[in-house]
Amino acid sequence: MEWESVIGLEVHTQLLTKSKAFSGASTKYGAAPNTQACAVDIALPGVLPVFNKEAARMAVKFGLAIGAAINRRSVFARKNYFYPDLPKGYQISQYELPIVAKGRVTIDIDGQEKVVGITRAHLEEDAGKSLHEDFHGMSGIDLNRAGTPLLEIVSEPDLRSAKEAVAYLKKLHQLVVYLGICDGNMQEGSFRCDANVSVRRKGETKFGTRAEIKNVNSFRFVEKAIEYEIERQVELLEAGGKVVQETRLYDSDKNETRSMRGKEEAMDYRYFPDPDLPPLVIDEAFVRDVEKTMPELPDAKRARFIKDYGLSPYDASVLTASREMAQYYEETATASGQPKLAANWIASELSGYLNRENKDITQSPVTARMMTGLLKRIADNTISGKIAKDVLDAMWSGEGDADTVIAKQGLRQITDTGAIEKVVDEVIAKNPKQLEQYRAGKEALFGYFVGQVMKATGGKANPAQVNELLKKKLAG
Amino acid sequence: MIEKTVAELAKALRAREISSVELTQAFLDRISRYKALNAFITVDANRSLAQARAADARLAKGEAGPLTGVPIAQKDIFCADGWRTTCGSKILSNFIAPYDATTIEKFNAAGAVVLGKTNMDEFAMGSSNETSFYGPVQNPWDVESVPGGSSGGSAAAVAARLAPAATGTDTGGSIRQPAALTNLTGLKPSYGRVSRYGMIAFASSLDQGGPMTRTAEDAALLLNVMAGFDPRDSTSLERPVPDYAATLDADIRGLRVGLPREYFGEGLNAEVARAIEAAIGEYKKLGAQVVEVELPNSKLAVPCYYVLAPAEASSNLSRFDGVRYGYRAPEYDDLIDMYSKTRAEGFGAEVKRRIMIGTYALSAGYYDAYYLKAQKLRRLIADDFTRAFEKCDVILGPTSPTTAFKRGAKTDDPVAMYLSDIYTISVNLAGLPGMSIPAGFDIKGLPIGLQLIGKYFDEARLLNVAHRYQQVTDWHDRVPPGFD
Repeated sequence: MEWESVIGLEVHTQLLTKSKAFSGASTKYGAAPNTQACAVDIALPGVLPVFNKEAARMAVKFGLAIGAAINRRSVFARKNYFYPDLPKGYQISQYELPIVAKGRVTIDIDGQEKVVGITRAHLEEDAGKSLHEDFHGMSGIDLNRAGTPLLEIVSEPDLRSAKEAVAYLKKLHQLVVYLGICDGNMQEGSFRCDANVSVRRKGETKFGTRAEIKNVNSFRFVEKAIEYEIERQVELLEAGGKVVQETRLYDSDKNETRSMRGKEEAMDYRYFPDPDLPPLVIDEAFVRDVEKTMPELPDAKRARFIKDYGLSPYDASVLTASREMAQYYEETATASGQPKLAANWIASELSGYLNRENKDITQSPVTARMMTGLLKRIADNTISGKIAKDVLDAMWSGEGDADTVIAKQGLRQITDTGAIEKVVDEVIAKNPKQLEQYRAGKEALFGYFVGQVMKATGGKANPAQVNELLKKKLAG
Repeated sequence: MIEKTVAELAKALRAREISSVELTQAFLDRISRYKALNAFITVDANRSLAQARAADARLAKGEAGPLTGVPIAQKDIFCADGWRTTCGSKILSNFIAPYDATTIEKFNAAGAVVLGKTNMDEFAMGSSNETSFYGPVQNPWDVESVPGGSSGGSAAAVAARLAPAATGTDTGGSIRQPAALTNLTGLKPSYGRVSRYGMIAFASSLDQGGPMTRTAEDAALLLNVMAGFDPRDSTSLERPVPDYAATLDADIRGLRVGLPREYFGEGLNAEVARAIEAAIGEYKKLGAQVVEVELPNSKLAVPCYYVLAPAEASSNLSRFDGVRYGYRAPEYDDLIDMYSKTRAEGFGAEVKRRIMIGTYALSAGYYDAYYLKAQKLRRLIADDFTRAFEKCDVILGPTSPTTAFKRGAKTDDPVAMYLSDIYTISVNLAGLPGMSIPAGFDIKGLPIGLQLIGKYFDEARLLNVAHRYQQVTDWHDRVPPGFD
């Protein structure tokens, strides 16, 4: 029996506003507990929310990026439930009328493009945190996060595998970070994901019963959790069982999902429009204003890199992974006048260093200007590609820019024909036996001679010149 | 001194005929002498006198604001920095507010003295001040009768001359009905005129703070202080605040007074009806024209209100959970048990009844039938007023169908109690300004209130119309026997 999985994701992105969604308190991460919770955040009697329009600006930015209509009038509602880290006893969220309507993003699955629909994106506030460790039999409540603005992005059930789900999630992540509306930090919870998963027999048009997996906080775990859940549901159905609609939690230690609450325990949140907040009205001018601040989006940038710099789709993807990476690349490509060389060196060599040390491009000790210096020396034959790797390594270790390293270590390439010829003559003189064999037809020995010359010059001889001279001299 | 209005006291203070300390002390003495009225939940003489001394210093320097040195009683629904603020509930019995409500801030800036926090129905839910955790309030006109509610403490305090004026809040009639039952002038401003910041929410889309005074002139002086846009309240409106005292004396000849047929029908006490008729006669003498208007959806106001207000309240009161402040049950097994016991012990019966009603009205499967339907009715009720105001400038009628009733008379019959607000509730639903002014007494000597309803943001006209009536009548000057 062939099965098809159907997945939709709900992604919570913390918006990068300076102050909270409905109060003036700071949203900065990592402060001492409850030091960033003002009267409004702790829901003192009598306080009222005032909406931070900056959050709307960011939501609109996202809406424009996914080609969605912006609802000119959206409504804040109250989602009512009791929990100690929810100070008001309700969360302010958008329910019936979200700020961002239907949109879409395109993902790449093994070179195939796939369009994933986005149902809606709405503004809401985050809750605080309950801390259950360290408080012997009690719980601690930290309300610093309470009231931080979130944009919840809800996809259509368009995803058909864990792999697609992750590709979509990565795409969204790239997008919100590009737009500068979210820092994308999954560990700190700035970018969180719930997954709705169901399975059905191939060819079936109706959806199966779904389970919702809550709060999975890394790309890897999202993939594993969904894979596990698909397998669980398929096994269950094949054994003649039934999937029940429920909320499940993913346990990354055991790699399994566990039931958290069933449908009968599903909460009735008693949504209703928040009477403390008038509808959020977005006018044309506001949207035009946001439009002016739109950066070039990753897809457009990637296409431009392929077209303008002649890059391969793969290199273009790597080099547009983040705005900072793209900027680094463009700066280097333009300043060095070597777009292809720059792509090779950044997408493979430099990226290798970054990955090894788990750094992003902004943390690279080799700046774009230093990289440009290196590429120029390769292009003008001062150093060979091989030597350039040593120079990059030295630059990475903080030994200065390319010219400094080349001068200090005497790595300048030998291009003086006379000097190379002298070495070539010496090598031939020292290896009469090999010369004889070569001339007898054992041409493979050519490499041996090249090696000897390079060895004698400490790798600095210009390889093209070495080849040319050797060919001539060996021929006799 | 006790007999002077706010306007007179402010003048006497500026002329330095009396000091704020003397005045404040005099009222504090009366509060303590008439403690049996139970008009106040919290009195803090030291705090009040410290404010009075500061006011005297300002007066000495000639820096007086409009109300400098005048003691004002504050309904215990307004958070006042350093003051216990209970909202009439056990659940806030230990809550010391760490900040000032915008209204308190404005009174402080105007130089007024906080004379104490007045008793009220718990979370403003009630029409008799009998739901207060701190006990019922006596009506100075008949100590066995209720003063009305929810601003019953403020009403009793001003009526008994324990304070020259007080603040109240009005969600369905909580300023106007007690004003009517205690012979006061009470004004509920248009929704959005007075900031709700720091005023503990009952039903956010209906709540509005306003003055409770002896005269329309005093109400104008207090509204001058209270009104205005507040960036901390998204429902307050950015509209200029006129000087409400400036137009009090304006001529009302040609004023079109609308009489809603529905306000004079079944259920209206005959003595109240006669007093209102007499008042209409006075207005005619002042040159007003009387026109009949219709408010056909009036009968739907009470059921509509008793869906919407509890729905909002059920959510607004969720924050009282024992977690961060206020009362927490002393013993509990786990989180749910803590919530249940805290709220079961911390809230009174009427509050719990409304939380239940509201929760039900918002529940899945009932939302459309109750909440949404009530919202539609609300629109119809507001449209009634819009149409009526095409024919008139103000609407006139009774404030309450009866005069003050005996304590306990309606406590077992919530619906009878809810009907006390039958003429006031639709004004809140429509967001309009409404006033109650003294218009006579029944045979038992209990006060009768006349209600004036104005167009949106037309408080100046209401005050003018009330003031002109008070210039030709003296009901508002009557003092409850034994309190002069």
